[in-house]
Amino acid sequence: MGAGDGSAVVWARPRWAIGGASIRAYVARRLVVLAVLLVAVSFAVFCLLYLAPGNPIDMLLGQRPRTPATVSALTRQYNLDKPFFEQYWLWAWRALHLDFGTSIQTSLPVATEIKARLPTSLFLGCYAFGLATMTGIGLGVQAAVRRGTLVDRFVVSAVVIGLSTPVFVSGVGLLYVFAIQLHWLPAFGKGNGFFDELWHLTLPAIALAVPSTAYILKHARAAMLGVLEQDYIVFARARGLSPWRILFSYALRNALIPVVTMCGLVLSSLIVGAVLTEMTFSVQGIGHLLVQSALAKDIAVIQCVSLLVAVSVMATNLLADVLYLLVDPRIRLGRR
Amino acid sequence: MHSGRTGPVIAACLAVVLGVIVLATFGPLLAPLDPAVQNLASVNAPPSGAHWLGTDALGRDILSRIIVGARTAFVGAFVIAATSFLFGNLLGLLAGYRGGWIDAILMRWVDMMWSIPTLLVLIVFAGIIGAQYWPSVAVLVVLTVPFDLRVVRGATLEQVPRPYVEAAKTLGVPGWRIMLLHIWPNVSASAIANAFLVFADALVVLSGLSFLGLGVPPGTPDWGLMLAENVPLLFVHPVASLAPGALIVLTATSMNLIGDWLQEQLATRGER
Repeated sequence: MGAGDGSAVVWARPRWAIGGASIRAYVARRLVVLAVLLVAVSFAVFCLLYLAPGNPIDMLLGQRPRTPATVSALTRQYNLDKPFFEQYWLWAWRALHLDFGTSIQTSLPVATEIKARLPTSLFLGCYAFGLATMTGIGLGVQAAVRRGTLVDRFVVSAVVIGLSTPVFVSGVGLLYVFAIQLHWLPAFGKGNGFFDELWHLTLPAIALAVPSTAYILKHARAAMLGVLEQDYIVFARARGLSPWRILFSYALRNALIPVVTMCGLVLSSLIVGAVLTEMTFSVQGIGHLLVQSALAKDIAVIQCVSLLVAVSVMATNLLADVLYLLVDPRIRLGRR
Repeated sequence: MHSGRTGPVIAACLAVVLGVIVLATFGPLLAPLDPAVQNLASVNAPPSGAHWLGTDALGRDILSRIIVGARTAFVGAFVIAATSFLFGNLLGLLAGYRGGWIDAILMRWVDMMWSIPTLLVLIVFAGIIGAQYWPSVAVLVVLTVPFDLRVVRGATLEQVPRPYVEAAKTLGVPGWRIMLLHIWPNVSASAIANAFLVFADALVVLSGLSFLGLGVPPGTPDWGLMLAENVPLLFVHPVASLAPGALIVLTATSMNLIGDWLQEQLATRGER
């Protein structure tokens, strides 16, 4: 559940990779690991075809009639008459050129399907990420500064509920309140042009951002509380610096370090949450495509989307670790 | 986080969990009407004396379906929490006590699982072998064991250097006995607290899978599936969809709070 859905278990970032080595060597090492993982994952994804009950031909045929002509066409297209590892190699080679075969639902190339839906998903993801980080950090810092007040209590209780509320429940709730009762925001549809699209994706983005916001808020508050107790904050107060200066240039900069390291976890939880959000609001994105294909057993699309998701999760984790190095001078300079 | 006020909150959470357990066990006996019987004469009916929470698009009684649906919500999550508790504890003790290559292999498994998005694995799995409930539960166990394993291993590593373990070793007590009878009682508390958190996560993931139509078979009374099926009824009578959703959140929140509370009790136990 690792990344999942407001998971309550927090994983520490692996420390093994961070030694005294420079960032460049570290990134190079991580890229090598990434390449090895990519081969392993792509092999696993390729094997999905053979994991299915029955033989691959039936799976690839879908609802189409089984005639000698269609069977031989599929055998040729997927090289099913070749040895197993050669099949993998040919499949991977074509995948590298973004050729993942054709969807049995639409008979269109899988890459075309993905290309049509990727922008919507990316838009939704960035929107939700922006909402989650801004609200989470903003409210977390506010709650820490006003520790013990009514505001703090309210925020802390909201976090507990937010962390346990799955996207599909908050999505339906938001749909009812803001689209059906209040008519403030559109329930479904895509919209034309940037601002209309933004408007149409607002409800889905809020629903998607809820668990991540709660998660960021919880950690931002805890980090801020820790920093505010430090001696240098007391000293800055004693010197008579303005509260704003203390907050922004002394406290926030240090409190944000642990928060930045959570970005990877937040991004991968957004990737999972996006599937549920897109289904709740009928947003025609990658997640919607994945569930549709799973329901229709559309293997070519499932393979392509799972590879895409695996690559994005791995890239996100790498990015988060590098960001962690860049943001914390103690680690960047090789001292601990 | 506010220790002075947790008493009543935890009591309420325990009440919720007990209520769900009662519904999951005796649901079919408690339900006022048969959850599967369709009454096409009263379709999409709002709450009334005959149907307290109204009826759905096929005229089935919502309240009865919610009561009976507690079973699929609870049983799957319980099996996952219990099974991964068993394997997580055994393997965690082994990894922490023995160390060496066993530990190295098990920790690679943990590392691998922590970046895998569970729900997506289940969706892909359902897309390949078809949407089936129990195989999904089995996959979820494999993905969840590392959570327990990691907690128990960490707690075991703290116990191993202590004198009582040394003493038992010197006396020639066999390793399995030291692990199960000497060390486990000292690490069991954090493992139990973790089991509640695992339960909450499993409940949410399984309902999510059913919400997508990839969990329980169509027609089953299940909270996640009801939530999805009744979304079109939001315009006429929202309770049909919002009530099962609220129950998922209530149960998951209760389980999470109980788990957090247990962990907090453990953390402060040494100070008193």
